[in-house]
Amino acid sequence: MPKVIVDGIEVDVPAGATVLQACEEAGKEIPRFCYHERLSIAGNCRMCLVEMEKAPKPIASCAFPAADGMVIKTDTPLVKKARNGVMEFLLANHPLDCPICDQGGECDLQDQAMAYGAGSSRFLENKRAVEDKYMGPLINTIMTRCIHCTRCIRFASEVAGVDDMGALYRGEHMEITTYLEGALASELSANVIDLCPVGALTSKPYAFEARPWELKKTQSVDVMDAVGSAIRVDSRGSEVMRVLPRLNEAVNEEWISDKTRYACDGLLRQRLDTPYVRKNGKLQPVDWPEALQTVAARLRSTKAEKIGAIVGDTVDVESMYALKSLLQGLGVTSLDCRQDGTKLTAGPRSGYVFNSTIAGIEEADFILLVGTNPRLEAPLVNARIRKRWLTGKLKVAAIGPVVDLTYPVTALGDSPALLADLIAGKSEISEALAKAERPMIILGQGALTRADGAAILAQARALTEKASLVRDGWNGFNVLHTAASRVGGLDIGFVPGAGGKDVAGILAAAEAGEIETVYLLAADEIDTDKLKNAFVIYQGHHGDQGAHVADVILPGAAYTEKEGIYVNTEGRVQLGRMAVFPPGDAREDWKILRALSEGLGKVLPFDTLAQLRQTLVAAYPVFAQVDHVEPAAWGAFGAEGSVDAAAFTYPISNFYMTDPISRASVTMAKCTEAFVLNSATEQTEKTGTHG
Amino acid sequence: MSGASVQKFEQPASFAFTPENKAKADKFIAKYPEGRQLSAVLPLLDLAQRQHDNWVPQAAMEHIAEILGVAPMRVMEVATFYTMFHLAPVGKHHLQLCTTTPCWLRGSDDVVSACRKKLGIDFGQVTADGQFSMVEVECLGACVNAPILQVNDDFYEDMDGDSTVTLLDQLARGEVPPAGSMIGRQTSAPDGGPTTLVKKAATKAGASDSDGAKV
Amino acid sequence: MLKDEDRIFTNLYGIESWQLAAARKRGDWDQTKDFIAKGRDWIIDQVKESGLRGRGGAGFPTGLKWSFMPKEIGARPHYLVINADESEPGTCKDRDIMRHDPQKLIEGALIASFAMGAHAAYIYIRGEFYNEAMRLQAAIDEAYDAGLLGKNACGSGWDFDLYLHRGAGAYICGEETALIESLEGKKGMPRLKPPFPAAVGLYGCPSTVNNVESIAVVPTILRRGAPWFAGLGRPKNVGTKLFCISGHVNKPCNVEEEMGIPLRELLEKHAGGVRGGWDNLLAVIPGGSSVPVLPAEQCDDLYMDFDTLREKRSGLGTAAVIVMDKSTDIVKAIARLSYFYKHESCGQCTPCREGTGWMWRVMERMVRGEADIGEIDILEDVTRQVEGHTICALGDAAAWPIQGLIRHFRPEMERRIKTRRGSVTAKAAE
Repeated sequence: MPKVIVDGIEVDVPAGATVLQACEEAGKEIPRFCYHERLSIAGNCRMCLVEMEKAPKPIASCAFPAADGMVIKTDTPLVKKARNGVMEFLLANHPLDCPICDQGGECDLQDQAMAYGAGSSRFLENKRAVEDKYMGPLINTIMTRCIHCTRCIRFASEVAGVDDMGALYRGEHMEITTYLEGALASELSANVIDLCPVGALTSKPYAFEARPWELKKTQSVDVMDAVGSAIRVDSRGSEVMRVLPRLNEAVNEEWISDKTRYACDGLLRQRLDTPYVRKNGKLQPVDWPEALQTVAARLRSTKAEKIGAIVGDTVDVESMYALKSLLQGLGVTSLDCRQDGTKLTAGPRSGYVFNSTIAGIEEADFILLVGTNPRLEAPLVNARIRKRWLTGKLKVAAIGPVVDLTYPVTALGDSPALLADLIAGKSEISEALAKAERPMIILGQGALTRADGAAILAQARALTEKASLVRDGWNGFNVLHTAASRVGGLDIGFVPGAGGKDVAGILAAAEAGEIETVYLLAADEIDTDKLKNAFVIYQGHHGDQGAHVADVILPGAAYTEKEGIYVNTEGRVQLGRMAVFPPGDAREDWKILRALSEGLGKVLPFDTLAQLRQTLVAAYPVFAQVDHVEPAAWGAFGAEGSVDAAAFTYPISNFYMTDPISRASVTMAKCTEAFVLNSATEQTEKTGTHG
Repeated sequence: MSGASVQKFEQPASFAFTPENKAKADKFIAKYPEGRQLSAVLPLLDLAQRQHDNWVPQAAMEHIAEILGVAPMRVMEVATFYTMFHLAPVGKHHLQLCTTTPCWLRGSDDVVSACRKKLGIDFGQVTADGQFSMVEVECLGACVNAPILQVNDDFYEDMDGDSTVTLLDQLARGEVPPAGSMIGRQTSAPDGGPTTLVKKAATKAGASDSDGAKV
Repeated sequence: MLKDEDRIFTNLYGIESWQLAAARKRGDWDQTKDFIAKGRDWIIDQVKESGLRGRGGAGFPTGLKWSFMPKEIGARPHYLVINADESEPGTCKDRDIMRHDPQKLIEGALIASFAMGAHAAYIYIRGEFYNEAMRLQAAIDEAYDAGLLGKNACGSGWDFDLYLHRGAGAYICGEETALIESLEGKKGMPRLKPPFPAAVGLYGCPSTVNNVESIAVVPTILRRGAPWFAGLGRPKNVGTKLFCISGHVNKPCNVEEEMGIPLRELLEKHAGGVRGGWDNLLAVIPGGSSVPVLPAEQCDDLYMDFDTLREKRSGLGTAAVIVMDKSTDIVKAIARLSYFYKHESCGQCTPCREGTGWMWRVMERMVRGEADIGEIDILEDVTRQVEGHTICALGDAAAWPIQGLIRHFRPEMERRIKTRRGSVTAKAAE
């Protein structure tokens, strides 16, 4: 451990640390623009210059390796002069448009100019003007503001794995652009907006919407996939203005996907903000008592075995628990939280979570993907895999259709039969798998939602055991979920009870008239055509598939409008927070269910969320530990059975529209056009701006 | 980076190396270690430019990117960084006029104005007949023979206004006068004969450098 | 004056043939195998003993630089990279070596590579030297055909491949790490140091980058002995040196002379003297565009070597002497260099990208006197803000000529400002 003296303070830093890190260790703040902990070192902004004893000139601390015995000074006149000089150069050609710049108030350049800038400019020449570039529906560019730190280029190449950004020309003519000004085709693209230290890359959907100091900031978790990214929800009044990433090393580091960031405009559209009851074939707005009475009457009048309940992908654990408690009290057993039909069971937890953990990917040396396209199903899991691959210590193989995952993959084919070869040790990767010290298998819903999903799950378990993927301090068996509610649902056993039907069973029975009443808790990704004969109670927040077939609508709260527990694919229990109130008459979902229980005369034993959580934790201790993944004991899961020869497919084809919120989002619709349909609209906009 | 055209021009829809040039490209790539084929990007861009009327179309960058296994952006960055790649059409005789201080001290202004006057174009332009284009370039590295006027690959040295006019006339007629000093001195030796290596100069005078043209 | 028999580049002007047979007659490739037989350490010691300092501009001792390479060849191969990106305004010496005496470079490449444990070397030649590159490639081909390169090169038992790589127009590629980047197929943007090329260079392997002239003189040094070379010139500034004399002399030329030759002798013996006579001298840029200009009064008895010129707050650089007589618009001459550096800045780091453009624009106004007197100090301050704050030395190179101008020609700058103000005031009064 090198010892470095920074401004007289002696610090020990790990080998390989930079001078900048040593300075931070000593509590000295070093200004920087180009340097970013998660990107390669560019050393180009020159803002982080410090003085090193015996060096003839100041050194760039971000790039200089810390060495034993180094004496660093960060507060000398020479350092101050150097930084002032760099700041003056940065400002020389930077426009004076802060009042109309969206970065205002959260701009590194603005902040540091306060510390290092001069009051007036000595630069009397004309300022440089740079043409703006089209980068897609998310990223707004005002390239005259660019300070050429190249963070965006490095992010695109390194983290996103999309080598489409670059700097053309040279010297003062250098311009950052995407190739031929195409939209930056990455599910993580908008992170460049956060990375941009100035207002060159700003948020297009959020342009001129608000100033940062006007916003209420709520720390929450995302529900757009099963990763559970840490987010900050910025709101003003009743409106969510934007969603930003929050640091969580274990999950999303400091990135979020474009859907996590931008689906939020869907929170304002197609909302269910008042209860409805179908009268004479038409849904009519009613008040809460009438709606609840209607539901209670219907549930009372239907035999328990003729009632089914399905929960959707973004539902919080508390609501599921309340619904389960309520319906079990009525004797209902046809409950299911697996609306995609996954054959995972509530059985041992190790059988349905991402045991290696997302951070654990950084220890893996071999990953086998089975029936999953992590780039679309969990972009941040994919980014972690890429990060590990970049170290050169990871090999990846896949069973499933060939797709570009941003890192090379040994494509084994798309046949489920390949699993049998692997179990028999006859696969081309068998040797590599056997030799790996930290091997992982990632089983996706593409393999599990099939009719033979249980058999495939059993094979995956057999392979895990055969190849000893579960070993000392390591569990290499992983299920990658696509739904934020799924692991929580399985944790509380929101699955069919004795004699109960699963989702497919409920739908089939409803179609056949054997199930008469179906309770949909924000469940929309099902074939609702099959529910036409049933009485459908839809509790949720968006007028999507489920609401269209509903006979009663109970308006609930979206994830930004309630306090709620979500369990991510790792089995990590996390808390979502209420940023704004539900719109209109909409209510938090557990409260709706609590009210309904009164109408049914089966009052749920909690009056507050705290009480609900107490009973929940009492029943399921797993929820006691928030932000933690408890390693799950290995056990038996899956079911013997024959495996169909049909090739694997992937569950998500359009990344941008996977749930009622993202389907209601205008921004996600634009992304769908630009990236999925590759429609001409994008081109028109491009020429429109640059004609 | 330099493009001499101010006129609109069409990008060809596709580009591929001719079989002969593909063979040359393979030879270039073979100069570098396994997995380091990106090293050949400059030679390949130059090859493409020579194949394509002395300018590099976008399709060529994409073709080269594919050959080298990199994103087209990486090739475009390189093509726009170096001044010798023309990203727009240039004239048949691409005049590159050095005006950096050593050439300027020796009268490069006269060479520039002779070109302007004679051709009726300015830096960055192509004559209407496509015969000539002219660009200002930085030091060409032949300063003791300043001023230099580079025509395509060849250095014409010790220029002045008159010799520029003569040269342009010759080029216009389709003649390619020998490159080198326009005042007839022995390469970079002092005018009138070397002050060193005198014995050699005396015995070998006139027999110089006959086994290689242009340098 | 250096005697002809002490000149290394005996075909500097291409009076004789460049080809291998003629080169051999001039002594090239004589005893090469024997030198290699004496081993790596012997060669490096000889080069150290000769006192050879790098001919590319910085003047770093060549033998010492070679000794930075790892002693043993590990998993990563070693590379010699020869910098033939000759682009420093005023400089055109390597061009003559490559087109007229290429075997000296090729032989030197083999010896230096062997000394550093490199089985391969790349010569990075500037793209504009197209015909020179064709010539050099022909010379390399000849050397291969004669068994001087390739497997068991020159019968030495050392396998050695020499490759020529053409640049494409970027002064910055003369900076050694930018050159390496460019050779790897990227933009020529200098790398952050450390690590230095001897540890992490071309393709991440131990590498040494040397100037053409530095490499090409090595065979002769070994043949004639280190003491011979060390005995020429002045203390610590030894040997022979190629000088490029351009600008306002009667007969601009390249010439090989003894290191430390007085400037006036150099100009008058070889370049026909300053145009209009020595008294007509205004200023000299003694070492290529990057070094500060020296006014005439400092040019009498000026020894042309590294240390003397450094004492004068200038430098020998590439020994490219740009002479300016009294007809010269000195502000414009330097402003044109400022434009050069602005044009050649890679754009990577802030002070250079923004500073070179700023400095050039102010300099353009200074040419016309469109400024306040106080802006001279601001300009000087801006050069100081660039200098020493950049990734590579281009920032310094852009700053120094302006600093030199202000140091020695401030009265001329002020005169223009005052004259212009006078004429503007006069006009306003009309």
